[in-house]
Amino acid sequence: MTTKPHLRRYHAAVWDEPIVMEMSREGRRGVLFPELDPEVAESVGAPERLIPAALRRKTRPALPEMSEPDVLRHYLHLSQQTLGMMGISLFGTCTMKYNARLNEAITSRDEVAELHPRQHPDTLQGALQIIHSLDLALRELSGMDRFVFQPAGGADAAYTHVCITRAYHASRGELETRDEIITTIQSHPCNPATAATAGFKVITLALEENGYPSVEALKSAVSGRTAALMVNNPDDMGIYNPHIKEWVRIVHEAGGLCFYDHANFNGVMSRIRAQELGFDACMFMLHKTFGGPKGGGGPAVGAYGCSAALAPYLPGPLVVERDGTYQLEPGSGSSIGRVREFFGNLQTVIKAYAWVRAMGAEGIAAAADLSVLANNYMTQELMKIRGVTCSHPHVEAWRMEMTRFSLETLEQETGVTVFDVQNRMVDFGVDAFWLAHEPWIVPQPFTPEAGEMWSKEDIDTWIAVLAQICHEAYTTPDIVRNAPHNHPAGRIDTGPLEDPSRWAMTWRAHLKKRAAV
Amino acid sequence: MRNQPHPFMANSVSAIQQEMLEAIGAKTIAELFEQIPTDHRTQSPLDLPPALASEAALRRHLLDTLGQNSHCEGELSFLGGGCWRHHVPAICDEIARRSEFLTSVWGTPSSDQGRYQAWFEFCSQLGELVDCDLVGLPVYTWGCAVGHALRMASRLNGRRKVLVPEALDPERLLVIRNYCEPPEMARHLSIVPMRVDPATGRIDFADAAAKIGEDTAAVYLEMPNYFGIIEEDAERLAALAHAAGAEMIVGVDPISLGLLAPPPSYGADIVVGTTQPLGVHMYGGGGLGGFIATRDEERYAREYPTLLVSMTGTSRAGEIGFGLSLAEQSSYGSREHGKDWTGNSVYLWAIANAVYLSLMGPQGFEDVGRLIIAQAHYAAQRLATLEGVSVPLSGSFFKEFVVDFSATGHSIASINQALRERGIFGGHDLSTEFPALGQRALYCVTELHERQDIDRLFDTLSEILNHDD
Repeated sequence: MTTKPHLRRYHAAVWDEPIVMEMSREGRRGVLFPELDPEVAESVGAPERLIPAALRRKTRPALPEMSEPDVLRHYLHLSQQTLGMMGISLFGTCTMKYNARLNEAITSRDEVAELHPRQHPDTLQGALQIIHSLDLALRELSGMDRFVFQPAGGADAAYTHVCITRAYHASRGELETRDEIITTIQSHPCNPATAATAGFKVITLALEENGYPSVEALKSAVSGRTAALMVNNPDDMGIYNPHIKEWVRIVHEAGGLCFYDHANFNGVMSRIRAQELGFDACMFMLHKTFGGPKGGGGPAVGAYGCSAALAPYLPGPLVVERDGTYQLEPGSGSSIGRVREFFGNLQTVIKAYAWVRAMGAEGIAAAADLSVLANNYMTQELMKIRGVTCSHPHVEAWRMEMTRFSLETLEQETGVTVFDVQNRMVDFGVDAFWLAHEPWIVPQPFTPEAGEMWSKEDIDTWIAVLAQICHEAYTTPDIVRNAPHNHPAGRIDTGPLEDPSRWAMTWRAHLKKRAAV
Repeated sequence: MRNQPHPFMANSVSAIQQEMLEAIGAKTIAELFEQIPTDHRTQSPLDLPPALASEAALRRHLLDTLGQNSHCEGELSFLGGGCWRHHVPAICDEIARRSEFLTSVWGTPSSDQGRYQAWFEFCSQLGELVDCDLVGLPVYTWGCAVGHALRMASRLNGRRKVLVPEALDPERLLVIRNYCEPPEMARHLSIVPMRVDPATGRIDFADAAAKIGEDTAAVYLEMPNYFGIIEEDAERLAALAHAAGAEMIVGVDPISLGLLAPPPSYGADIVVGTTQPLGVHMYGGGGLGGFIATRDEERYAREYPTLLVSMTGTSRAGEIGFGLSLAEQSSYGSREHGKDWTGNSVYLWAIANAVYLSLMGPQGFEDVGRLIIAQAHYAAQRLATLEGVSVPLSGSFFKEFVVDFSATGHSIASINQALRERGIFGGHDLSTEFPALGQRALYCVTELHERQDIDRLFDTLSEILNHDD
């Protein structure tokens, strides 16, 4: 680092905000509706009598009764007690990037917000044009032949793939014998989970010393029972599997399909294409790589693309262009039907299209460059901090857009854990880092992802914050163990979360359990 | 394109890149990609439409493109069937668009405490509306919620047959079919439709009763069903399901629950439904969300695939915190051994829903329910007076109803086209989905319609139907 960044003071808003039910005062109103038109009232009589007596509600729901400004202020306070991307968030695997507010403004307009999915296609030409245009752009980025945007998240795209895998093998009369899906331990949990939900057995390959499973391990897992391979590459270690083309060939020779989970696309955008590596299908997360907002966990889109051979199995409706007009097709006779109702999260599709247009080919290539540059810069600086190591240190190559680090040394030498450090980082207005998906194959893991949005100054600050906390761990560990200090709530008591007599997923459950004590 | 820094990328200034390269001892960015073998790299550069890097140019392009849409604010729409135009209070938008909520990703229970509390309040308030003590964070859609609930039921009782209404949205049924897996799979759930009574539009009780048995995992019904009809035999069906050891699953449109009884009161074990009517715009279907709710019993809790947020204490005396409960059983915790799967869902909409529920209160739901049901009945009454037009189903309905135009000699497609030309989106065409029922359409009336809108529909339809073609 050129100059040591100044660590700013930070403190979150603290409002001691009650639960909304506690703010209720009988009789208050937050919203009124128009009076019933007298002619309507006269024609139909008493509205409640239109419902069979046995099915009328007898007890009013115990919802809060509040004025409109009080509701507004309550939720504004809660928003202020949410760090989000107000500070620096390098949350690995999620590719934190700028969510252009132009896109929020555009998709808030009636031309998007007030569209009904069952409108006639003639009235949806603008939306359908954007769906089609984004399809074309993603084809160009991946080499695939067709995309759909119905899957409502990356996991739903993985689910789409396993449904298509079922349909593909069923059409060949092989579904009963092809009942295994192969993945790797560092592929996202949604891959094995959706495979199992779709009815497949899951074979998980372990990483070997180079940071990925060996070709031999794959060969021994592949057989006539193999339905598909589902894999990330690079995975969260930032290590690219150089044998991936051979993997695809091996699985294809055995009759299986190959799905590329492109969760970690940010570092390889414009440099590789899934289709050129031999994959049959891939997935892009429009709410991550393509600039859509996370929303704390959706609405999201897992754009699913596949080869022409798999296209007949895609869920409908599909947008097609004919002579400059856009039409909807229901999906072919072999289609898997739907994984979700209608087109998917249309507003996120529009935001992703806007991102592609804002970036252009050069911008997208630059984003990949900057994210890999920033990660390697950050990796080098973080490795200078006492207590920090990284996975596969013997792999002497530049990492891709992410590196998996470990605080095992820090934990062994000070007793301070990654959870402690997470909780302390937020004291500086820095969003808690991502650890690692289960199972942890690196002890005390953490996984930042610098991406292309964050300035070098932000990255330097992030590094300085971690350095400061590691220093504290060695000198004044209690300040880390007792963190956070600058947030509206202390560390939660996790005991009740797993205890049926104490957990409370609703206020009414809380009241009952409190009364029972 | 001029080689200039991009507004989204702070490090797109070449001097900064040079600083970082020097710091790490690399000459070019290209060499950082050494891990990718040469023969993996694409040989053809990206061919994309030219960048519109200026916000003004991009805005113009997006507005021009989207301006080709017509929408339900500008036209008079009677579309429903799984996505509905209801009033979205301004502060639902204000809160859902807050940058803190919009951009948050995961955080910690301390750093994102406000979001956790908003989620908890979504679950708590929805729990009051549906009369359930346990509510999960939302799933993608109503259809996905049904799929998960059927699988929960099957895991609970080990059975593999599920009963669903024949009057079910085909769009939703296609979703459910995937969740139930094809017959080749070992855990396939066979879907058995319960016949719809053609006169009432309700489930044919005798048919359902004959199909419920010791092998039934779950009986699923909707209140109201796809044809808008209230299932008056719900309690009797629940009793039969329970006697057979099956789970009773009920799907609801929550905006009806100021007037309609909450499903547990007539025997529902698992309540599912949509969240879109609760303060979220339609977004062409992008506003959808689904929920799952049950009694607060461990056996149900242990089958939830969703994230669950529980209230708890914190390290500071007397302070309330919120955390994820039973995370180990999710796919994040247990990969293929978890309950189905979870991931990004529609958690931002859950916050908009929480705001909506707080604004509405008990009286708001009663008022909106009365307005909707009265106006829907007014519309049905008026349309039924048109020559050749009938409202064929005798069952009670809430906001949607089936209109039969068969006797007019016109197809729904042609009627809807004529309406469209006159600025009206007619009811959803059922004739392709249920061809045996003739030329029928599903009309939806909400609190946002006024009497004049319904009268305009009536006048326009009479003009179209009387038009001598």
